[in-house]
Amino acid sequence: MRTLNLVNKSPFEKNCLESCVRLAKSDASVLLIEDGVYAVLDKSAKSFLIKNHQQHLSFYVLIDDLDSRGLTNMAMIDGVKKLNYGGFVDLVVNHDVVHSWL
Amino acid sequence: MSEENLFNTKGVKKNFMFVCNKAPYGTIYALETLEMIMISAAFEQHAVIAFIDDGVFQIKKGQNTKSSGMKNFSPTFGVIAMEKEDADEDDDIDMIWRIVVEKESLEARGLSSDDLVLKTEILSTAELSDLMAKQEVILTA
Repeated sequence: MRTLNLVNKSPFEKNCLESCVRLAKSDASVLLIEDGVYAVLDKSAKSFLIKNHQQHLSFYVLIDDLDSRGLTNMAMIDGVKKLNYGGFVDLVVNHDVVHSWL
Repeated sequence: MSEENLFNTKGVKKNFMFVCNKAPYGTIYALETLEMIMISAAFEQHAVIAFIDDGVFQIKKGQNTKSSGMKNFSPTFGVIAMEKEDADEDDDIDMIWRIVVEKESLEARGLSSDDLVLKTEILSTAELSDLMAKQEVILTA
């Protein structure tokens, strides 16, 4: 079963993203929303959490939450796909299970 | 779907995984997750209770909340483990329950299975990852 993992906490505050990438199976997707979007900053000390797992996981980020936080024009990690809410819905319907990492 | 059928869960059975990933007393999450687990039992669902990260502290032996005045809910996990054994032996109860702990989380905190209030399956990250991928509903809190 394909799983969509949702992460909504900053990697600097919580270990949700770290636990998610540790336990997610190959071919799973990870969507970063709310404070989770801070993980996509290319020059951050936590960027390895995404970079080390891009071979086997697909990463997505919600544009609206980047915009809210003034991150739209910051350098992002290559290969992270940007989505709007419509893309979020498409992602949900294209997976069997949605797992929110609270 | 008519309104009267909305909450008719008769015959609905799914594989649930409850991922307990937070320490017990700093926030209400751990206690509320335990409530979810009990409710899933009332509806006779299949369930895996998985302890990862600081969640392993929820089942640490010897918790004493007398001086803090909070409810010590760790004995409830012992009761769940006993109920699970009864359910395993009773052919009339169609409920598969597993209680698992991630080995790496336990070791990272200097704990071993002897430090826990109940008997659990100790799984590696890879084994837990496989098990997680087989679930129909995953609730982490």
